[in-house]
Amino acid sequence: MSISLDEVRHVANLARLQLSETELLSFQGQLNSLLGHFEDIQNLDVSGVAPKPHAVAMQNVFARDIAHQPLPREEALRNSADTKAGLFIVPTIIEE
Amino acid sequence: MLNQLTAAEIAAKLRAKEVSAREVTQSFLDRIVKEDPHYNAFLTVNSDQALAQADQAQSKIDSGEHHPLCGIPIALKDNLSTRNIKTTCASRILENYVPPFTATSVQKLDDIGAISIGKTNLDEFAMGTTNENSAFGSVHNPWDTERAPGGSSGGSAVAVSAELAPLSLGSDTGGSIRFPAALCGVVGFKPTYGRVSRYGLVAFASSLDQIGPFAKNVEDAALLANAISGHDPLDSTSLKNSQINTSDLKTGSLRGLRLGIPEELFGPEIDPQVREVFELACDNLAREGAEIKRLSLPSINYGVTTYYIIAPAEASSNLARFDGVRFGPRIEKEGHIESFSATRGELFGPEVKLRIMVGTYALSSGYYDAYYHRAQQVRGLMTAEFERAYQDLDFIISPTSPIVAPKLGGITDQMALKALDLCTIPANMGGFPSISIPCGLAYDLPVGFQLTGPVMSDEKILQASYAIEQAFGRDYRRPPIL
Repeated sequence: MSISLDEVRHVANLARLQLSETELLSFQGQLNSLLGHFEDIQNLDVSGVAPKPHAVAMQNVFARDIAHQPLPREEALRNSADTKAGLFIVPTIIEE
Repeated sequence: MLNQLTAAEIAAKLRAKEVSAREVTQSFLDRIVKEDPHYNAFLTVNSDQALAQADQAQSKIDSGEHHPLCGIPIALKDNLSTRNIKTTCASRILENYVPPFTATSVQKLDDIGAISIGKTNLDEFAMGTTNENSAFGSVHNPWDTERAPGGSSGGSAVAVSAELAPLSLGSDTGGSIRFPAALCGVVGFKPTYGRVSRYGLVAFASSLDQIGPFAKNVEDAALLANAISGHDPLDSTSLKNSQINTSDLKTGSLRGLRLGIPEELFGPEIDPQVREVFELACDNLAREGAEIKRLSLPSINYGVTTYYIIAPAEASSNLARFDGVRFGPRIEKEGHIESFSATRGELFGPEVKLRIMVGTYALSSGYYDAYYHRAQQVRGLMTAEFERAYQDLDFIISPTSPIVAPKLGGITDQMALKALDLCTIPANMGGFPSISIPCGLAYDLPVGFQLTGPVMSDEKILQASYAIEQAFGRDYRRPPIL
Protein backbone atom coordinates (compact mmCIF):
# COMPACT_ATOMS: atom_id res chain seq x y z
CA MET A 1 0.00 0.00 0.00
CA SER A 2 1.34 3.41 -0.85
CA ILE A 3 0.11 6.81 0.24
CA SER A 4 -0.28 9.72 -2.18
CA LEU A 5 0.66 13.32 -1.54
CA ASP A 6 -3.03 14.24 -1.42
CA GLU A 7 -3.62 11.61 1.25
CA VAL A 8 -0.70 13.01 3.25
CA ARG A 9 -2.29 16.45 2.95
CA HIS A 10 -5.63 15.02 4.10
CA VAL A 11 -4.06 13.30 7.13
CA ALA A 12 -2.16 16.48 8.04
CA ASN A 13 -5.47 18.34 8.00
CA LEU A 14 -7.13 15.69 10.18
CA ALA A 15 -4.17 15.96 12.57
CA ARG A 16 -4.37 19.78 12.54
CA LEU A 17 -0.77 20.13 11.41
CA GLN A 18 0.12 22.89 8.98
CA LEU A 19 3.00 21.48 6.95
CA SER A 20 5.13 23.04 4.24
CA GLU A 21 5.34 21.37 0.82
CA THR A 22 8.82 20.13 1.73
CA GLU A 23 7.50 18.60 4.93
CA LEU A 24 4.57 16.99 3.11
CA LEU A 25 6.97 15.35 0.68
CA SER A 26 9.27 14.20 3.46
CA PHE A 27 6.38 12.74 5.45
CA GLN A 28 5.06 11.01 2.35
CA GLY A 29 8.38 9.19 2.02
CA GLN A 30 8.60 8.35 5.71
CA LEU A 31 4.98 7.21 5.93
CA ASN A 32 5.40 4.98 2.91
CA SER A 33 8.52 3.48 4.38
CA LEU A 34 6.76 2.81 7.71
CA LEU A 35 3.64 1.44 6.03
CA GLY A 36 5.88 -0.89 4.04
CA HIS A 37 7.22 -2.29 7.32
CA PHE A 38 3.71 -2.53 8.75
CA GLU A 39 2.87 -5.04 6.02
CA ASP A 40 4.40 -7.80 8.16
CA ILE A 41 1.35 -8.05 10.40
CA GLN A 42 -1.11 -8.07 7.50
CA ASN A 43 -0.52 -11.74 6.78
CA LEU A 44 -0.47 -12.84 10.40
CA ASP A 45 -3.37 -15.06 11.43
CA VAL A 46 -5.17 -13.16 14.17
CA SER A 47 -8.60 -14.71 13.64
CA GLY A 48 -10.34 -15.13 16.96
CA VAL A 49 -7.75 -13.06 18.87
CA ALA A 50 -9.41 -10.41 21.00
CA PRO A 51 -7.88 -6.95 20.61
CA LYS A 52 -5.94 -5.85 23.67
CA PRO A 53 -6.37 -2.13 24.24
CA HIS A 54 -4.95 -2.06 27.80
CA ALA A 55 -1.73 -3.29 29.35
CA VAL A 56 -3.51 -4.62 32.42
CA ALA A 57 -7.27 -4.94 32.01
CA MET A 58 -9.45 -3.47 34.74
CA GLN A 59 -13.20 -3.17 35.01
CA ASN A 60 -15.55 -0.75 36.71
CA VAL A 61 -13.09 1.72 38.13
CA PHE A 62 -15.20 4.11 40.17
CA ALA A 63 -14.16 7.23 42.00
CA ARG A 64 -15.95 8.37 45.12
CA ASP A 65 -18.12 11.36 44.42
CA ILE A 66 -16.59 13.69 46.98
CA ALA A 67 -16.54 17.46 46.61
CA HIS A 68 -13.05 18.90 46.73
CA GLN A 69 -11.38 22.24 46.21
CA PRO A 70 -10.73 22.62 42.48
CA LEU A 71 -7.71 24.33 40.96
CA PRO A 72 -8.10 28.11 41.40
CA ARG A 73 -9.24 29.74 38.17
CA GLU A 74 -6.20 31.99 37.85
CA GLU A 75 -3.86 28.98 38.14
CA ALA A 76 -5.79 27.06 35.51
CA LEU A 77 -5.52 30.04 33.17
CA ARG A 78 -1.89 30.87 33.95
CA ASN A 79 -0.35 29.03 31.00
CA SER A 80 -2.69 30.34 28.33
CA ALA A 81 -1.51 32.71 25.62
CA ASP A 82 -4.73 34.71 25.81
CA THR A 83 -7.33 35.06 28.57
CA LYS A 84 -9.95 37.63 29.48
CA ALA A 85 -12.33 37.99 32.41
CA GLY A 86 -11.31 34.61 33.82
CA LEU A 87 -11.83 32.77 30.53
CA PHE A 88 -9.67 31.29 27.78
CA ILE A 89 -9.89 33.34 24.61
CA VAL A 90 -10.23 31.14 21.54
CA PRO A 91 -10.26 32.12 17.88
CA THR A 92 -13.72 33.04 16.60
CA ILE A 93 -15.65 29.93 15.61
CA ILE A 94 -19.13 31.33 14.97
CA GLU A 95 -19.44 34.63 13.13
CA GLU A 96 -22.17 37.05 14.11
CA MET B 1 33.29 11.84 47.28
CA LEU B 2 29.50 11.88 47.76
CA ASN B 3 28.77 11.60 44.05
CA GLN B 4 30.33 8.14 43.92
CA LEU B 5 28.06 6.77 46.64
CA THR B 6 24.76 4.99 46.15
CA ALA B 7 21.59 6.52 47.56
CA ALA B 8 21.57 3.89 50.32
CA GLU B 9 25.14 4.82 51.27
CA ILE B 10 24.33 8.55 51.33
CA ALA B 11 21.25 7.75 53.43
CA ALA B 12 23.48 5.98 55.96
CA LYS B 13 25.76 9.02 56.17
CA LEU B 14 22.75 11.32 56.64
CA ARG B 15 21.43 9.06 59.40
CA ALA B 16 24.83 8.99 61.10
CA LYS B 17 24.99 12.80 60.85
CA GLU B 18 28.30 12.54 58.98
CA VAL B 19 26.86 14.90 56.41
CA SER B 20 23.83 17.20 56.22
CA ALA B 21 21.06 17.15 53.61
CA ARG B 22 22.13 20.66 52.54
CA GLU B 23 25.74 19.53 52.02
CA VAL B 24 24.56 16.57 49.95
CA THR B 25 22.25 18.71 47.82
CA GLN B 26 24.83 21.48 47.39
CA SER B 27 27.49 18.99 46.31
CA PHE B 28 25.26 17.61 43.54
CA LEU B 29 24.15 21.12 42.49
CA ASP B 30 27.83 22.10 42.20
CA ARG B 31 28.54 19.01 40.15
CA ILE B 32 25.68 19.75 37.78
CA VAL B 33 26.93 23.30 37.19
CA LYS B 34 30.46 22.08 36.60
CA GLU B 35 29.88 18.85 34.66
CA ASP B 36 26.53 19.06 32.89
CA PRO B 37 27.78 21.30 30.08
CA HIS B 38 29.49 18.13 28.77
CA TYR B 39 26.22 16.16 28.75
CA ASN B 40 23.20 18.50 28.44
CA ALA B 41 21.32 16.15 30.77
CA PHE B 42 19.42 18.86 32.66
CA LEU B 43 16.87 21.30 31.22
CA THR B 44 16.12 22.96 34.56
CA VAL B 45 18.11 22.92 37.80
CA ASN B 46 16.02 23.69 40.88
CA SER B 47 18.85 25.21 42.95
CA ASP B 48 16.87 27.36 45.41
CA GLN B 49 13.93 25.02 45.81
CA ALA B 50 16.27 22.04 46.26
CA LEU B 51 18.20 23.76 49.06
CA ALA B 52 14.95 24.75 50.80
CA GLN B 53 13.78 21.13 50.51
CA ALA B 54 17.12 19.99 51.91
CA ASP B 55 16.66 22.11 55.04
CA GLN B 56 13.18 20.67 55.57
CA ALA B 57 14.58 17.18 55.03
CA GLN B 58 17.25 17.85 57.63
CA SER B 59 14.59 18.68 60.26
CA LYS B 60 12.91 15.35 59.48
CA ILE B 61 16.24 13.55 59.80
CA ASP B 62 16.99 15.34 63.09
CA SER B 63 13.63 14.26 64.45
CA GLY B 64 14.73 10.66 63.91
CA GLU B 65 11.68 9.51 61.97
CA HIS B 66 12.42 9.53 58.29
CA HIS B 67 12.29 7.56 55.07
CA PRO B 68 15.62 6.28 53.67
CA LEU B 69 15.25 8.63 50.69
CA CYS B 70 14.77 11.69 52.90
CA GLY B 71 17.46 14.20 51.92
CA ILE B 72 18.47 12.30 48.75
CA PRO B 73 18.56 14.37 45.53
CA ILE B 74 16.53 12.90 42.68
CA ALA B 75 16.46 14.12 39.05
CA LEU B 76 13.10 14.05 37.26
CA LYS B 77 12.42 13.51 33.58
CA ASP B 78 10.94 16.72 32.22
CA ASN B 79 7.63 15.10 31.28
CA LEU B 80 6.73 14.72 34.98
CA SER B 81 4.58 17.64 36.08
CA THR B 82 6.09 19.69 38.89
CA ARG B 83 4.03 22.48 40.45
CA ASN B 84 5.67 25.88 39.89
CA ILE B 85 8.63 24.27 38.10
CA LYS B 86 8.78 24.41 34.31
CA THR B 87 7.86 21.14 32.58
CA THR B 88 8.77 21.30 28.91
CA CYS B 89 8.70 17.71 27.57
CA ALA B 90 11.72 19.00 25.60
CA SER B 91 9.23 20.64 23.22
CA ARG B 92 8.95 24.22 22.07
CA ILE B 93 5.18 23.93 22.43
CA LEU B 94 5.64 23.64 26.23
CA GLU B 95 8.82 25.72 26.46
CA ASN B 96 7.38 28.00 29.14
CA TYR B 97 4.75 25.70 30.64
CA VAL B 98 4.63 25.80 34.45
CA PRO B 99 2.22 23.14 35.76
CA PRO B 100 -0.25 24.11 38.48
CA PHE B 101 -0.03 20.60 39.99
CA THR B 102 2.53 17.89 40.76
CA ALA B 103 2.64 14.31 39.45
CA THR B 104 1.71 11.75 42.12
CA SER B 105 5.08 9.97 41.84
CA VAL B 106 6.89 13.26 42.48
CA GLN B 107 4.48 14.26 45.25
CA LYS B 108 5.25 11.00 47.03
CA LEU B 109 8.96 11.85 46.88
CA ASP B 110 8.29 15.40 48.14
CA ASP B 111 6.26 13.98 51.02
CA ILE B 112 9.08 11.74 52.24
CA GLY B 113 11.63 14.57 52.01
CA ALA B 114 13.50 13.57 48.83
CA ILE B 115 15.02 16.52 46.95
CA SER B 116 13.81 17.37 43.42
CA ILE B 117 17.16 18.57 42.13
CA GLY B 118 16.20 19.26 38.53
CA LYS B 119 14.36 18.31 35.36
CA THR B 120 16.13 16.16 32.80
CA ASN B 121 16.34 16.27 29.03
CA LEU B 122 14.45 13.77 26.88
CA ASP B 123 13.32 13.11 23.34
CA GLU B 124 10.47 15.54 22.64
CA PHE B 125 7.34 14.11 24.34
CA ALA B 126 9.40 10.95 25.04
CA MET B 127 9.40 10.03 21.35
CA GLY B 128 12.79 8.70 20.36
CA THR B 129 15.43 6.05 20.79
CA THR B 130 18.63 8.06 21.11
CA ASN B 131 17.61 11.35 22.78
CA GLU B 132 18.49 13.24 19.61
CA ASN B 133 14.90 14.51 19.22
CA SER B 134 14.99 17.07 22.04
CA ALA B 135 14.12 20.64 21.01
CA PHE B 136 16.87 21.70 23.42
CA GLY B 137 19.75 19.66 22.03
CA SER B 138 20.94 16.07 22.22
CA VAL B 139 22.15 14.48 25.44
CA HIS B 140 25.70 13.09 25.46
CA ASN B 141 26.72 9.72 26.86
CA PRO B 142 29.33 9.95 29.67
CA TRP B 143 31.01 6.77 28.37
CA ASP B 144 31.84 8.66 25.18
CA THR B 145 30.41 12.13 24.77
CA GLU B 146 30.31 11.72 20.99
CA ARG B 147 27.78 8.95 21.50
CA ALA B 148 24.06 8.97 22.26
CA PRO B 149 22.84 8.01 25.73
CA GLY B 150 19.77 6.27 24.35
CA GLY B 151 16.27 7.58 24.71
CA SER B 152 13.88 8.71 25.50
CA SER B 153 14.87 9.20 29.17
CA GLY B 154 18.46 10.01 28.15
CA GLY B 155 18.87 12.90 30.58
CA SER B 156 17.75 10.81 33.54
CA ALA B 157 20.07 7.94 32.58
CA VAL B 158 23.01 10.32 32.20
CA ALA B 159 22.19 12.13 35.47
CA VAL B 160 22.86 8.86 37.33
CA SER B 161 25.65 7.59 35.08
CA ALA B 162 27.62 10.86 35.24
CA GLU B 163 26.90 11.04 39.01
CA LEU B 164 24.99 14.32 38.76
CA ALA B 165 22.28 12.79 40.96
CA PRO B 166 22.24 9.51 42.90
CA LEU B 167 18.79 8.62 41.52
CA SER B 168 16.40 9.73 38.80
CA LEU B 169 12.96 9.02 37.41
CA GLY B 170 12.13 8.30 33.80
CA SER B 171 9.17 7.01 31.82
CA ASP B 172 9.08 3.90 29.64
CA THR B 173 6.63 3.51 26.75
CA GLY B 174 8.60 1.15 24.51
CA GLY B 175 11.89 0.93 26.39
CA SER B 176 12.58 4.56 27.30
CA ILE B 177 13.96 3.68 30.76
CA ARG B 178 15.67 0.36 30.07
CA PHE B 179 17.28 1.30 26.76
CA PRO B 180 19.19 4.40 27.98
CA ALA B 181 19.98 2.58 31.26
CA ALA B 182 21.69 -0.13 29.19
CA LEU B 183 23.61 2.33 27.02
CA CYS B 184 24.76 4.37 30.03
CA GLY B 185 25.68 1.44 32.29
CA VAL B 186 23.10 1.98 35.05
CA VAL B 187 20.09 0.06 36.39
CA GLY B 188 16.71 1.03 34.89
CA PHE B 189 13.43 -0.50 35.99
CA LYS B 190 9.97 -0.36 34.43
CA PRO B 191 7.43 -1.63 36.97
CA THR B 192 4.22 -3.47 36.08
CA TYR B 193 1.78 -1.12 34.35
CA GLY B 194 -0.45 0.34 37.05
CA ARG B 195 1.92 0.04 40.00
CA VAL B 196 3.12 3.63 39.68
CA SER B 197 0.49 6.31 39.16
CA ARG B 198 0.68 8.07 35.80
CA TYR B 199 -1.14 11.12 37.17
CA GLY B 200 0.89 14.14 36.12
CA LEU B 201 3.03 12.26 33.60
CA VAL B 202 2.43 14.07 30.31
CA ALA B 203 0.76 11.31 28.31
CA PHE B 204 2.46 9.86 25.23
CA ALA B 205 0.77 6.44 24.79
CA SER B 206 -1.45 5.95 27.81
CA SER B 207 -1.80 2.17 27.58
CA LEU B 208 2.00 1.72 27.48
CA ASP B 209 3.51 4.56 29.58
CA GLN B 210 4.97 3.69 32.97
CA ILE B 211 7.20 5.67 35.35
CA GLY B 212 10.25 4.03 36.90
CA PRO B 213 13.66 4.56 38.51
CA PHE B 214 17.27 4.84 37.34
CA ALA B 215 19.94 3.96 39.89
CA LYS B 216 23.55 2.86 40.30
CA ASN B 217 22.41 -0.52 41.59
CA VAL B 218 19.37 -2.70 42.18
CA GLU B 219 19.07 -1.84 45.87
CA ASP B 220 18.72 1.87 45.07
CA ALA B 221 16.29 1.17 42.21
CA ALA B 222 14.15 -0.90 44.58
CA LEU B 223 14.18 1.86 47.20
CA LEU B 224 12.90 4.38 44.66
CA ALA B 225 10.38 1.95 43.14
CA ASN B 226 8.98 1.33 46.60
CA ALA B 227 8.69 5.06 47.28
CA ILE B 228 6.82 6.01 44.08
CA SER B 229 4.48 3.00 43.78
CA GLY B 230 1.03 2.46 45.25
CA HIS B 231 -2.62 2.92 44.36
CA ASP B 232 -3.70 6.40 43.32
CA PRO B 233 -7.37 7.35 42.86
CA LEU B 234 -6.23 10.10 40.46
CA ASP B 235 -5.15 7.47 37.89
CA SER B 236 -7.97 5.16 36.87
CA THR B 237 -5.48 2.57 35.57
CA SER B 238 -3.66 2.44 38.92
CA LEU B 239 -3.79 -1.03 40.48
CA LYS B 240 -5.04 -1.74 43.99
CA ASN B 241 -2.44 -2.92 46.53
CA SER B 242 0.25 -1.85 44.14
CA GLN B 243 3.02 -0.58 46.39
CA ILE B 244 6.21 -2.47 45.57
CA ASN B 245 7.39 -4.28 48.68
CA THR B 246 11.15 -4.59 48.91
CA SER B 247 11.56 -6.15 52.35
CA ASP B 248 12.74 -9.48 50.86
CA LEU B 249 15.04 -7.84 48.30
CA LYS B 250 18.24 -9.44 49.56
CA THR B 251 16.94 -12.92 50.38
CA GLY B 252 16.79 -14.30 46.83
CA SER B 253 18.99 -16.95 45.25
CA LEU B 254 19.92 -17.87 41.72
CA ARG B 255 19.61 -21.58 42.47
CA GLY B 256 16.70 -22.96 40.49
CA LEU B 257 15.81 -19.59 38.94
CA ARG B 258 14.25 -20.46 35.56
CA LEU B 259 15.34 -18.05 32.82
CA GLY B 260 14.40 -18.23 29.14
CA ILE B 261 16.20 -16.66 26.18
CA PRO B 262 13.92 -16.13 23.18
CA GLU B 263 15.82 -16.97 20.01
CA GLU B 264 14.14 -13.94 18.38
CA LEU B 265 16.30 -11.75 20.65
CA PHE B 266 19.46 -13.70 20.15
CA GLY B 267 19.91 -13.75 16.40
CA PRO B 268 21.63 -11.58 13.83
CA GLU B 269 19.70 -8.50 15.06
CA ILE B 270 22.02 -8.46 18.06
CA ASP B 271 25.58 -7.16 17.61
CA PRO B 272 27.94 -10.17 17.95
CA GLN B 273 30.00 -8.52 20.70
CA VAL B 274 26.88 -7.61 22.67
CA ARG B 275 25.75 -11.20 22.27
CA GLU B 276 29.09 -12.45 23.55
CA VAL B 277 28.92 -10.27 26.69
CA PHE B 278 25.35 -11.41 27.28
CA GLU B 279 26.33 -15.06 26.82
CA LEU B 280 29.18 -14.73 29.33
CA ALA B 281 26.71 -13.21 31.77
CA CYS B 282 24.37 -16.17 31.25
CA ASP B 283 27.23 -18.65 31.82
CA ASN B 284 27.99 -16.82 35.03
CA LEU B 285 24.38 -17.18 36.22
CA ALA B 286 24.24 -20.84 35.18
CA ARG B 287 27.32 -21.53 37.30
CA GLU B 288 25.44 -20.04 40.26
CA GLY B 289 22.60 -22.47 39.72
CA ALA B 290 20.20 -20.63 37.41
CA GLU B 291 18.48 -22.85 34.83
CA ILE B 292 18.71 -21.18 31.44
CA LYS B 293 16.87 -22.47 28.43
CA ARG B 294 16.22 -21.33 24.89
CA LEU B 295 12.71 -20.90 23.56
CA SER B 296 10.90 -19.29 20.65
CA LEU B 297 8.43 -16.42 21.02
CA PRO B 298 7.69 -15.66 17.35
CA SER B 299 5.37 -12.72 18.08
CA ILE B 300 8.43 -10.71 19.16
CA ASN B 301 9.15 -10.29 15.45
CA TYR B 302 5.98 -8.21 15.14
CA GLY B 303 6.62 -6.07 18.22
CA VAL B 304 8.19 -3.10 16.44
CA THR B 305 5.33 -2.85 13.92
CA THR B 306 2.70 -3.25 16.61
CA TYR B 307 4.35 -0.62 18.77
CA TYR B 308 4.75 1.88 15.94
CA ILE B 309 1.03 1.64 15.21
CA ILE B 310 -0.39 1.60 18.75
CA ALA B 311 1.91 4.21 20.32
CA PRO B 312 1.46 6.84 17.56
CA ALA B 313 -2.31 6.18 17.49
CA GLU B 314 -2.55 6.92 21.20
CA ALA B 315 -0.12 9.84 20.86
CA SER B 316 -2.12 11.44 18.04
CA SER B 317 -5.09 11.50 20.39
CA ASN B 318 -3.17 12.56 23.53
CA LEU B 319 -1.33 15.38 21.76
CA ALA B 320 -4.54 16.83 20.36
CA ARG B 321 -4.73 18.94 23.54
CA PHE B 322 -1.78 21.06 22.43
CA ASP B 323 -3.59 23.61 20.34
CA GLY B 324 -2.25 26.91 21.67
CA VAL B 325 -5.40 27.67 23.68
CA ARG B 326 -4.67 26.43 27.18
CA PHE B 327 -0.88 25.99 27.05
CA GLY B 328 2.03 27.39 25.15
CA PRO B 329 2.41 30.10 22.57
CA ARG B 330 -0.26 30.60 19.94
CA ILE B 331 0.20 31.50 16.31
CA GLU B 332 -2.79 33.63 15.35
CA LYS B 333 -4.39 33.00 11.96
CA GLU B 334 -7.75 33.73 10.36
CA GLY B 335 -10.08 30.89 11.70
CA HIS B 336 -9.59 28.53 14.66
CA ILE B 337 -8.52 25.46 12.68
CA GLU B 338 -5.90 27.53 10.88
CA SER B 339 -4.64 28.84 14.24
CA PHE B 340 -4.45 25.38 15.79
CA SER B 341 -2.74 23.94 12.70
CA ALA B 342 -0.22 26.75 12.44
CA THR B 343 0.64 26.52 16.15
CA ARG B 344 1.07 22.76 16.05
CA GLY B 345 2.87 22.75 12.70
CA GLU B 346 5.34 25.39 13.89
CA LEU B 347 6.03 24.21 17.45
CA PHE B 348 6.09 20.40 17.32
CA GLY B 349 9.38 18.84 16.20
CA PRO B 350 9.70 16.57 13.13
CA GLU B 351 9.54 13.21 14.97
CA VAL B 352 6.47 14.24 16.97
CA LYS B 353 4.75 15.42 13.78
CA LEU B 354 5.64 12.16 12.03
CA ARG B 355 4.15 10.09 14.85
CA ILE B 356 1.00 12.21 14.98
CA MET B 357 0.67 11.65 11.21
CA VAL B 358 1.20 7.89 11.53
CA GLY B 359 -1.31 7.67 14.38
CA THR B 360 -3.90 9.80 12.64
CA TYR B 361 -3.57 7.67 9.50
CA ALA B 362 -3.83 4.39 11.45
CA LEU B 363 -7.00 5.60 13.16
CA SER B 364 -8.58 7.19 10.08
CA SER B 365 -11.65 5.85 8.38
CA GLY B 366 -10.83 2.92 6.10
CA TYR B 367 -7.51 2.07 7.75
CA TYR B 368 -8.56 1.50 11.36
CA ASP B 369 -9.19 -2.22 10.91
CA ALA B 370 -6.06 -2.93 8.89
CA TYR B 371 -3.75 -1.09 11.29
CA TYR B 372 -4.98 -0.13 14.76
CA HIS B 373 -7.44 -2.97 15.33
CA ARG B 374 -5.05 -5.57 13.92
CA ALA B 375 -2.13 -4.20 15.96
CA GLN B 376 -4.22 -4.59 19.11
CA GLN B 377 -4.90 -8.20 18.14
CA VAL B 378 -1.18 -8.80 17.68
CA ARG B 379 -0.66 -7.19 21.08
CA GLY B 380 -3.09 -9.77 22.48
CA LEU B 381 -1.24 -12.57 20.70
CA MET B 382 2.11 -11.39 22.03
CA THR B 383 0.91 -11.04 25.61
CA ALA B 384 -0.66 -14.52 25.54
CA GLU B 385 2.58 -15.99 24.16
CA PHE B 386 4.61 -14.45 26.99
CA GLU B 387 2.06 -15.55 29.60
CA ARG B 388 2.27 -19.13 28.31
CA ALA B 389 6.07 -18.98 28.57
CA TYR B 390 5.84 -17.76 32.18
CA GLN B 391 4.10 -21.03 33.12
CA ASP B 392 7.50 -22.76 32.89
CA LEU B 393 9.81 -19.81 33.45
CA ASP B 394 10.40 -17.12 36.04
CA PHE B 395 11.75 -14.52 33.62
CA ILE B 396 12.46 -13.93 29.95
CA ILE B 397 16.01 -12.63 29.50
CA SER B 398 17.84 -10.96 26.64
CA PRO B 399 20.25 -8.13 25.94
CA THR B 400 18.38 -4.87 26.64
CA SER B 401 19.63 -3.29 23.42
CA PRO B 402 20.83 -4.93 20.20
CA ILE B 403 23.78 -2.53 20.07
CA VAL B 404 26.02 -0.42 22.31
CA ALA B 405 25.62 3.37 22.37
CA PRO B 406 25.68 4.65 18.76
CA LYS B 407 27.49 7.80 17.64
CA LEU B 408 25.32 10.92 17.79
CA GLY B 409 23.87 11.28 14.30
CA GLY B 410 25.27 7.86 13.44
CA ILE B 411 22.00 6.15 12.56
CA THR B 412 20.15 7.98 9.83
CA ASP B 413 17.73 5.25 8.69
CA GLN B 414 14.53 5.99 10.63
CA MET B 415 13.37 2.38 10.57
CA ALA B 416 16.74 1.06 11.77
CA LEU B 417 16.47 3.48 14.69
CA LYS B 418 12.95 2.32 15.53
CA ALA B 419 13.95 -1.34 15.30
CA LEU B 420 16.36 -0.82 18.22
CA ASP B 421 13.33 -1.10 20.53
CA LEU B 422 13.00 -4.78 19.55
CA CYS B 423 14.02 -6.20 22.94
CA THR B 424 12.19 -3.72 25.15
CA ILE B 425 8.78 -3.39 23.45
CA PRO B 426 7.16 -6.69 24.57
CA ALA B 427 7.16 -5.66 28.25
CA ASN B 428 5.12 -2.55 27.45
CA MET B 429 2.69 -4.53 25.31
CA GLY B 430 1.89 -6.91 28.16
CA GLY B 431 2.31 -4.39 31.01
CA PHE B 432 5.10 -6.66 32.33
CA PRO B 433 7.74 -5.47 34.79
CA SER B 434 11.17 -5.33 33.18
CA ILE B 435 14.62 -4.27 34.29
CA SER B 436 18.02 -3.60 32.72
CA ILE B 437 21.16 -4.36 34.74
CA PRO B 438 24.71 -3.58 33.52
CA CYS B 439 26.43 -6.87 32.67
CA GLY B 440 29.73 -5.91 31.06
CA LEU B 441 31.35 -3.95 28.27
CA ALA B 442 31.52 -4.41 24.51
CA TYR B 443 33.74 -2.02 22.52
CA ASP B 444 34.46 -0.47 25.97
CA LEU B 445 30.79 0.57 26.22
CA PRO B 446 28.11 -0.75 28.59
CA VAL B 447 25.84 -3.70 27.76
CA GLY B 448 22.53 -4.21 29.55
CA PHE B 449 21.01 -7.50 30.72
CA GLN B 450 17.21 -7.44 30.64
CA LEU B 451 14.76 -9.51 32.68
CA THR B 452 11.03 -9.38 32.01
CA GLY B 453 8.50 -11.13 34.24
CA PRO B 454 4.76 -11.67 34.56
CA VAL B 455 2.43 -8.88 35.70
CA MET B 456 2.87 -8.13 39.43
CA SER B 457 6.18 -10.03 39.70
CA ASP B 458 8.00 -6.74 40.52
CA GLU B 459 9.15 -7.96 43.94
CA LYS B 460 10.48 -11.19 42.46
CA ILE B 461 12.20 -9.46 39.56
CA LEU B 462 13.96 -7.02 41.89
CA GLN B 463 14.96 -9.86 44.22
CA ALA B 464 16.34 -11.90 41.29
CA SER B 465 18.08 -8.80 39.92
CA TYR B 466 19.75 -8.18 43.25
CA ALA B 467 21.10 -11.75 43.25
CA ILE B 468 22.13 -11.44 39.59
CA GLU B 469 23.94 -8.18 40.27
CA GLN B 470 25.90 -9.94 43.04
CA ALA B 471 26.81 -12.72 40.60
CA PHE B 472 27.98 -10.15 38.02
CA GLY B 473 30.26 -8.64 40.68
CA ARG B 474 29.54 -5.67 42.90
CA ASP B 475 32.12 -3.41 41.28
CA TYR B 476 29.89 -0.76 39.79
CA ARG B 477 31.67 0.51 36.73
CA ARG B 478 32.03 4.25 36.36
CA PRO B 479 32.45 5.89 32.98
CA PRO B 480 36.20 6.44 32.47
CA ILE B 481 35.68 10.20 31.99
CA LEU B 482 34.80 10.48 35.70
